[in-house]
Amino acid sequence: MKKVDPEKLEKLRAQITASREKEKTCITICGGTGCHAYGCEEIAEIFKNEIKKQKLGDKIDIRVTGCHGFCERGPIVVIQPEGIFYQRVRKEDIQEIISKTAVGKEVIPRLLYKDPQKGVRIEKEREVPFYKKQKRIIFGRNGFIDPTDIKDYIALDGYKAVSKALFEMRPEEIISEVKKSGLRGRGGGGFPTGKKWEICREKDSSVKYIVCNADEGDPGAYMDRSLLEGNPHSIIEGMIIGAYAIGAGKGYIYVRLEYPLAVKNVTLAIEKAREYGFLGESILGSDFDFDISVFKGAGAFVSGEETSLMASIEGRRAFPRQRPPYPADKGLWGKPTNINNVETWANVPLIVEKGAQWYSRIGTETSKGTKIFSLVGKINNTGLVEVPMGMTLREIIYDIGGGIKNGKKFKAVQTGGPSGGCLPADMLDQPIDFDTLTRAGSIMGSGGMIVMDEDNCMVDVARYFLKFTQEESCGKCVPCRIGTKEMVEILTRITEGKGEIGDIKKLKDLAETVKNASLCGLGQTAPNPVLTTLRYFMDEYIEHIEEKKCSALSCKELIVYFIEPEKCVGCLLCKKNCPVNAISGERKQVHVIDQDICIKCGACLDVCPPKVSAISKYTGKDKEKILEQHNRKKTKK
Amino acid sequence: MVNILKKFKPEKKELIHILHSVQEAQGYISPEAISEISKYLNTSEGEVYGVLTFYNAFTLEPKGKHTITVCMGTACHVRGAASVLDEFSRRLNILPGRTTEDKYFTLETVNCVGACALGPIAITDGHYHGHVSTRDVKKIIDDVSKEEGKKKKE
Ligand SMILES: Cc1cc2nc3c(=O)[nH]c(=O)nc-3n(C[C@H](O)[C@H](O)[C@H](O)COP(=O)(O)O)c2cc1C
Ligand code: FES
Repeated sequence: MKKVDPEKLEKLRAQITASREKEKTCITICGGTGCHAYGCEEIAEIFKNEIKKQKLGDKIDIRVTGCHGFCERGPIVVIQPEGIFYQRVRKEDIQEIISKTAVGKEVIPRLLYKDPQKGVRIEKEREVPFYKKQKRIIFGRNGFIDPTDIKDYIALDGYKAVSKALFEMRPEEIISEVKKSGLRGRGGGGFPTGKKWEICREKDSSVKYIVCNADEGDPGAYMDRSLLEGNPHSIIEGMIIGAYAIGAGKGYIYVRLEYPLAVKNVTLAIEKAREYGFLGESILGSDFDFDISVFKGAGAFVSGEETSLMASIEGRRAFPRQRPPYPADKGLWGKPTNINNVETWANVPLIVEKGAQWYSRIGTETSKGTKIFSLVGKINNTGLVEVPMGMTLREIIYDIGGGIKNGKKFKAVQTGGPSGGCLPADMLDQPIDFDTLTRAGSIMGSGGMIVMDEDNCMVDVARYFLKFTQEESCGKCVPCRIGTKEMVEILTRITEGKGEIGDIKKLKDLAETVKNASLCGLGQTAPNPVLTTLRYFMDEYIEHIEEKKCSALSCKELIVYFIEPEKCVGCLLCKKNCPVNAISGERKQVHVIDQDICIKCGACLDVCPPKVSAISKYTGKDKEKILEQHNRKKTKK
Repeated sequence: MVNILKKFKPEKKELIHILHSVQEAQGYISPEAISEISKYLNTSEGEVYGVLTFYNAFTLEPKGKHTITVCMGTACHVRGAASVLDEFSRRLNILPGRTTEDKYFTLETVNCVGACALGPIAITDGHYHGHVSTRDVKKIIDDVSKEEGKKKKE
C-alpha cells in the first residue's frame, strides 16, 4: 500500500529528496504545448536514447516538465542544478549539449538567449529579462516538475498544505484564512474566494459539490491549460482543501475539449493522488472523504459560464440560466455547489501553507497575489508571465515582453477576451488590477493580454470579437441573439467601406441594449470590445465610414496592393508566388498587379525581399488613384 | 455501438461522454447511433439530437481522411489567421467546415488551441504548425499528401 498519512508523507518526502542528489545533473526539457509544436517530443526522445546509449544514466537525469512560459524561444532545455538556459534547441544540438554541458559543465554560447537590447548572451534562466521581473509563485514550479510523476510534486513540498489543513485547521479557520488573504477569483469576475466558500459552507445539505472551471474560453489565453498540464497536483491539492473547508464530497474538473494533453495529465494525476491516499476515503488517514472526476467539454464557449457549465456536466445542452439562484443555492443536481477557476484553485495551497499574511503582502489594496497573463500578439517575447497585481502595462509589455515586434508602434492591448476591451497607449502606465481594468471599460478576465500594433485595425478587432460572441451565443435570449447579430452586420459593413454616418449611434444603442437586457454574462459583456474601441479609437471608425480608409491597411476591401515601379527589380518572386496569377512582367522588368484579379492575400508582400520591398499597400484616396490609373491603362489596351 | 454503450451507465448524465466515445470511434454520429443512444438512455431522439448539435465537438457527417484545423483565436487573428484560412479554403476549394468531394480533406476552424504564443496555428491530423503564413499553406497541404504516400509505400 502506498497510502500515506501526514507522518508517512514527510518520511516519503525526506526519502525522495535524499535519493535525489542535489548536485546531480538534470536535463529538463519543456513539454508545454508551445514546445510541443516545435517538436520537443522528438528532442526528449533523442536525449533519453543518447543518455542510455552512452550509459550516463547514473550521472544525468532527464525530465520532461511543464511549460516554462517563454514559448517564443522554444524548444527550451534547462540544465540543472546550474540553471543553464538553452533556447531554440534543435536535434543537431543534442550531442553537444550532453558532452559539453551536461558532462563537461561547459556552456555553449550559441544556444544561450541573447538580450536584444544589450546584445549580451545570458546564461541562467532567472537572469533572462523575460523572467527577471516576474514573480512566479504559482507558475514557477512548472519548470521543475514532470507532471506525470507525483514524486516530483511531493519533493517540492507538494500536499503539505493538505496535511496542515486536515490535521491542524478547522474548516472555518481555512475559510477565514482565504478571506484574509484577499484572494479573488481568477476566472473573470474577481469575486472574493473565501466569501464564496463561506456562503456554500453555510448551506444546509449533506451533499455538496465543488467544480474546477478549466473551460478557458478566452481565445488567446492559455494559462489554465499550462497549469493543468504542467502542474496538475497543485490544482488537485487546492480542490481537496476547498472541499474540506466547504464540506463537499465530490469534485469535477471541467476541461476544454481542445486540451487533450491537459485531460491526460490531470486524469493520471488524479489516479496517482488516489494511490497515495490524497483522494478517496479517509484522506491521509483523516475522516474526510473526497474524490474528483474529469469532465471533457464539448466545444461551446458559453459552457465556461457557471450555470451553463453545470448543465453540461448534467449531460444537457449548456444553456445558461438566470442567477439567482446562485450555484451555492442550487448547483449541480440542485445541490450547493462551489465553482472556481483553475488558477484560483492553484493559489489555495500556497495561502494555507504560507499564511494569509504572507500572501496579502503581494499585490494592490484590492487585488492580492499574482496574476498569470498570456502575453501574445505583436510582441517580441510571447509567452505566459506571472506578475504581482499592480504592475503597469508598460512594465509587462516592454520590460518583460521586450516591446513590439519588428520595431513597430504599439497601438492597443486587449484584455479580458470577448468580454473585455482594447486599451490605448495612454493607459500603459496604469497599474493592472481588477478595479483599474474595470474602470477603463475592460476586465481582467482570465488573463489574456493580446498586444496589437499599428497594422491592426481596431474596427476589425471589434468585428472579430462580436462575430465570436455572436457565433457562440446560445440563442436562448433575444437581446444577445439578435443584438449581437445586428452589431456584427454593422461592423462588417464599416470594414467593407459601406458604413454610414448613423452607424456609430446605432452601434452604441445596440450595445446598451445587449449589455442591459441579456440573460447571462456572455451577452452582458459582449458589447465591451465595441464600446472600448468606440471610446478610445473613434477616429478609426470615422475614417472607415467617411473616407473609406483603413490606416492600419488591414481591411481587405479598403486597400490595394501595388508594386512600386522604381523599386521593383523584376526578380519574378512575387509573380511565382501569386496564387491567382495576377502579376505580370518578365525577368528584370517591372512587375504589375492586375487589380481585377488580385485577391489581396498578401503573398507577394510576404515574399518580396526586404532589401527590395517594392510592394506597398494603399488605402483611401491613394487607393482610388491607383485603381484609376490601372483602369485607364486597361482601357487603352 | 453496443460495446461503446456498455461502458457507460444508462443515466442521462452520461450522454456527453457517450457522444464523445461514438464520435471518436466512428468519426461522426450517425442516425442509427442517435437512435440507439436514445433507447439506451431511455430518452427521446430529439433530446440526443439537441445536445449533439449544441456542441461543436460532434458532427452529423463523416469527416475527410485528413483534418486541417486553423486556429481563429484572437492571438492568431491579430497575426493574420484570416488570410491563412482563406488560402487553405482557396487551395482546397472548400469552405471552412466542409470536406472535399474526394473525402480527402476536411477544413475546420477552432477558437484557440492554447498555443497562442506561436500563432497563427494550423493543425494537420493532430500535428501543430506554428507561425504559419499564407506562403506555407501549399507546403502544409502537400506534406499531408506526401506523408500518406510514404505510409502506403511502407
Ligand atoms: C460567457 C462566459 C464564459 C466564461 N468562461 C469562463 C472560463 O472559461 N473559465 C472560467 O474559469 N470562468 C469562466 N467564466 C466565469 C464563470 O462563470 C465563473 O464566474 C468562474 O468560473 C468562477 O470562478 P472564480 O471565482 O474562481 O473566478 C465565464 C463567464 C461567462 C459569462
Ligand atoms: S489564439 Fe490561436 S492558439 Fe490561441
